[in-house]
Amino acid sequence: MNPKTLKYILKRLVLGVFTVWVVITLTFFIMHAVPGGPFLSEKAVSPAAQAAMEAKYGLDKPLMTQYVTYLTDVVQFRFGPSLKQRGRMVIDIITDGLQVSAKLGILAAFLALIIGVVLGSVAALRRNTILDRVIMIITTAFVSMPSFIMGSLLLVAFTIRVHWFPANGASAGGLVLPIITLMLYPMSYITRLTRSSMLDVLGQDYIRTAKAKGVTGWKIIFGHALKNALIPVITYFGPMLAYIVTGSLVVEQIFAVPGIGRAFVQSIINRDYMLIMGTTIVLATLIVVMNLVSDILYKIVDPRINLE
Amino acid sequence: MDNTNVKRLSLQVNLDDFIPATEKEKEYMVTMRPSTTFFQDGVARLKKNKVAMVSMIIILLITLMAIFIPMFWPYKYETMLGMQPGKPMDASFNNLHPMEYSTSEQALIESGEKVFPHLFGTDSQGRDYFIRVVYGTRISLAVGFFASIIVLVIGIVVGSISGYFGGIVDIIIMRIVDVIYSLPDMLMVILLAAVLRQRLAPAIEGTPLAAIGSNIISLFVIFALWYWVGMSRLVRGQILSLREQEYVLAAQTAGAKGSRIIRKHLIPNCISVIVISTALQIPSAIFTESYLSFLGLGVNAPMPSLGSLASDALNGLSSYPYRLVIPAIVISLIVLSLNLFGDGLRDAFDPKLNS
Repeated sequence: MNPKTLKYILKRLVLGVFTVWVVITLTFFIMHAVPGGPFLSEKAVSPAAQAAMEAKYGLDKPLMTQYVTYLTDVVQFRFGPSLKQRGRMVIDIITDGLQVSAKLGILAAFLALIIGVVLGSVAALRRNTILDRVIMIITTAFVSMPSFIMGSLLLVAFTIRVHWFPANGASAGGLVLPIITLMLYPMSYITRLTRSSMLDVLGQDYIRTAKAKGVTGWKIIFGHALKNALIPVITYFGPMLAYIVTGSLVVEQIFAVPGIGRAFVQSIINRDYMLIMGTTIVLATLIVVMNLVSDILYKIVDPRINLE
Repeated sequence: MDNTNVKRLSLQVNLDDFIPATEKEKEYMVTMRPSTTFFQDGVARLKKNKVAMVSMIIILLITLMAIFIPMFWPYKYETMLGMQPGKPMDASFNNLHPMEYSTSEQALIESGEKVFPHLFGTDSQGRDYFIRVVYGTRISLAVGFFASIIVLVIGIVVGSISGYFGGIVDIIIMRIVDVIYSLPDMLMVILLAAVLRQRLAPAIEGTPLAAIGSNIISLFVIFALWYWVGMSRLVRGQILSLREQEYVLAAQTAGAKGSRIIRKHLIPNCISVIVISTALQIPSAIFTESYLSFLGLGVNAPMPSLGSLASDALNGLSSYPYRLVIPAIVISLIVLSLNLFGDGLRDAFDPKLNS
């Protein structure tokens, strides 16, 4: 690895850490801008109980002191107790949710990648045929459909019209539809990405050379073209994860999957501010890290790319 | 070699050059048709693009329907038909299927009166669903449109300041843009939406803004806070690169005045890019609004938006799936046609794409 690449990685790492700090800071101050503060509950509480609550959670201290305390806590993954789920720590809720969500997200990403690359390659190889057109029309439609619409429609079609899958995402079979819902958008995007970059690569000189030497059909694709055509797909890893995370917020809600996305949405509805802060920070950090990894991978994989 | 050089430098006049042009030669100078402007060129290209034209017609139709249907429709989006003043609640209005009538309406029909049909039935509170969908479409389109305008204005102001002044101002603005860019937008937007609507509600009470509702205002604030970054980057880049273009230099060399350069070169090159990205911003704003509405962070009840209609429909999904399917189709149609139309605009008007 040359020093230029190393310098770039270092720069991105610093920016990444800075971004995470901005996320934590923003989250903290946004939450404390809530009228009445984050501990305001719907029920009327006696002033004494309110004061006791505030003292217990350190809310009587100045805002900056609270901020510093929260920052040092977060760095050690201490997100405090949940306000609405009595006796549970935020970090426990998050780890429980992540186990389910990770399964969902990784499977969706994996499937999107494989199917997308295959469909994209097929479309590029058979370009301007009926097959190509059909693939492009379907993927265009999927790209324009919000994930919550897709999820709800799948729910209507496969659990209410035909009872193929359980509507409850807590069971194993119930994860099929959420995975499909989450997968369709990135799959369509990757298909289009692969198709255009594959067409680009197929026009390159070294493909002509390979053809001139007598290499045919699929061998050209797998031996020569695919490797280079996949480079742009790498840059999509970060945005794909961001999409899957935000998509999972609604998808887990629709299919009642007990994941971190559902915890986040529920925490907003219940105004469980400690949980909101915790989940936002964890999910945001995840997205920032993924973006970082995919950008760095991109630079390492393709030496032609100029490092600013 | 020497001979030819001498010949070129001589002042001998070739008499053949002064023979009057023949009729045939004159024909070359006749303008066959007026020269087309850049805009006409673009429109011609756009008209040839069938997909873009169909999308445009769909958008126009939906927009016109959303604007005009509520004006003459006999039902209102917030009226619970079963709740009439001075009468006991008539539950037969609730949850009507498409084209069904309530018992009181049926009695009217039998007595020979005409009752306007409920095209899509009614919802669980007895409100006409068709008008709710139309009104929801209106809200979603309006949010998308105005949010894009806000983004456009802020983006242009900040972007031109950054591009024009350069130096330390530019560096500071661009660092801020970088940081906002690297933040996960949706999470932050959800967070802001959750807090802002509570913060704004008391602040705007009593002002005309209250009629619009705190949630929609907070949506606009979020767009203003978050999504200007892309536009300002674009505008800044345009300003920086256009200043240095060769054709600007060429026009200056040819003696063009500043106003002509701005009119003929800078605006056509800059405006198309900006208009196109604004056009593409609209579907993404509609997308964001419906997403937030779906999570319950969108418009204030009883005002409907396509996202909140879809969200409400989840409760009675097994009995009334069409209540979900209808807004779902409308929203997908709007987003899809706006995207396709935006792509068509880009193909027709982005001069850099034409080879």
